[in-house]
Amino acid sequence: MLIKKPFAVKPSEITDRSVYMNRRKFMQTTSGFFLAGISSLVTAKTSEQQQGAGLAKLDYQATAAYSTDEEKTPYQHVTQYNNFYEFGTDKYSPAHEAQSLTTRPWSVTVEGEVAKPGTYTLEDILKPHALEERIYRLRCVERWSMVIPWIGFPLADLIKRFEPTSRAKYVEFTTLHRPEEMPGQKRRVLDWPYVEGLRMDEAMHPLTIMAVGLYGEVLPNQNGAPMRLVVPWKYGFKSIKSIVKIRFTEQQPVSAWTRTAPHEYGFYANVNPGVDHPRWSQARERRLGEFLKRKTLLFNGYADEVASLYTGMDLSKNY
Amino acid sequence: MSLSHIQFVKLVLFVVCLIPATVLGWNFYHDQLGANPFEALTRESGEWTLRFLLATLLMTPLRGVLHQSWPLQLRRMLGLYSFFYACLHLLTYLWFDQFFDWQEITKDILKRPFITVGITAWILLLPLAVTSTNSMMRRLGRRWKHLHRSIYLIASLGVLHFLWMVKADLREPLIYAAILLILLGYRVTKWWQKRAFSIAARQ
Repeated sequence: MLIKKPFAVKPSEITDRSVYMNRRKFMQTTSGFFLAGISSLVTAKTSEQQQGAGLAKLDYQATAAYSTDEEKTPYQHVTQYNNFYEFGTDKYSPAHEAQSLTTRPWSVTVEGEVAKPGTYTLEDILKPHALEERIYRLRCVERWSMVIPWIGFPLADLIKRFEPTSRAKYVEFTTLHRPEEMPGQKRRVLDWPYVEGLRMDEAMHPLTIMAVGLYGEVLPNQNGAPMRLVVPWKYGFKSIKSIVKIRFTEQQPVSAWTRTAPHEYGFYANVNPGVDHPRWSQARERRLGEFLKRKTLLFNGYADEVASLYTGMDLSKNY
Repeated sequence: MSLSHIQFVKLVLFVVCLIPATVLGWNFYHDQLGANPFEALTRESGEWTLRFLLATLLMTPLRGVLHQSWPLQLRRMLGLYSFFYACLHLLTYLWFDQFFDWQEITKDILKRPFITVGITAWILLLPLAVTSTNSMMRRLGRRWKHLHRSIYLIASLGVLHFLWMVKADLREPLIYAAILLILLGYRVTKWWQKRAFSIAARQ
């Protein structure tokens, strides 16, 4: 059932569906095609803007301490402008290509340096965790950014359950590899499956979450359903989607993008305006919906929380 | 007043070539260019520049294959439209990407190879656009032909500019590269045939 925090949308503000449908019908039957077309466009826009698309609602708590109060990127931009190469390399393909992805049943294999390895069903993974809302900035390596209200839980809480051994220095994540449902995987644009990794302290950081939803609803497929990583101080490609494997290792994992272009994409991929991509500057970014570009912030504005993880490290070498 | 056949065709072509710019402008105005409309404008205007460059380069082979002269009469307009879309493309970069910060732009051009290549191609287009008039053609005589051969280099730089920008999926720029290769290959073959013929004639 719908249980929302009071700051979201007041029930009184939501147009009743029957009223909305009646109004549409009225518009379509009484006015000409042209008028009806325009007004239905307008109503569609306002009714969808700050809400989801009618996917299953989630129960969650808002966690103000970690959330930004910046203006959220509209739902339709968050869910229609996606980099998810498994469903095609242009931004607009994933929104329709990912509709065929089956996310139930789903299981996640846990292996490597842990006391409790095994294959867990998604339900087992999620069961003990209370969901929270975290409104985070997301900065893509391509110089655009969004503000997204994720629903998820701290990755640290999940990791603790598997009891990593003292030899677990890194965590490696793998995306589903299923070319029959992920048409992008039929071409070898990247070395499938997609792999990402974090250092153990990065993975255990309270800002790092496993997300299962956004805008109060379950994750749309194109945003990495049923479960994805969100690491807000790193470039978006680190936040791996549709995870099926979590492996704890002593060696630093090699990410999919690092394998493809090691001089362009390093293991850390921390947002840093002072360290350029070899082919473009990272000093500024376009927040979607804005005309003027913003200055990119060190660690995407999360320096107070995470800078201490990297003291003494040369960030231009460890890009 | 009545139009000759070719004048009519040119008029139609003039209007047709404006369609991409009009559609882009319309969609931009009506917020139909997706979540990142400025990026879309840059990308689309760039791709249309490449398409017009390839269309321009297609006219000579077309004349050879069809044994008709009309493709050459359309070549100048297509070439000028390449320049028009290249200017739009450059403008979107200067404005929406750099906001006319000339210091940043200079740094960007010098530091980023794909920008260097792109701006070089645009600069090389300038003299071609300026010397596209009939009087310039007459004044430059043989040199006009030599000068305008730089279009081969310009188109190649344009394709390289696209290839160099892409993150991982090279399919689209490679399609442009393949078409360019065919169009340039046609010329090389013709040139070889002519050379072989003139050598044979001399012997």
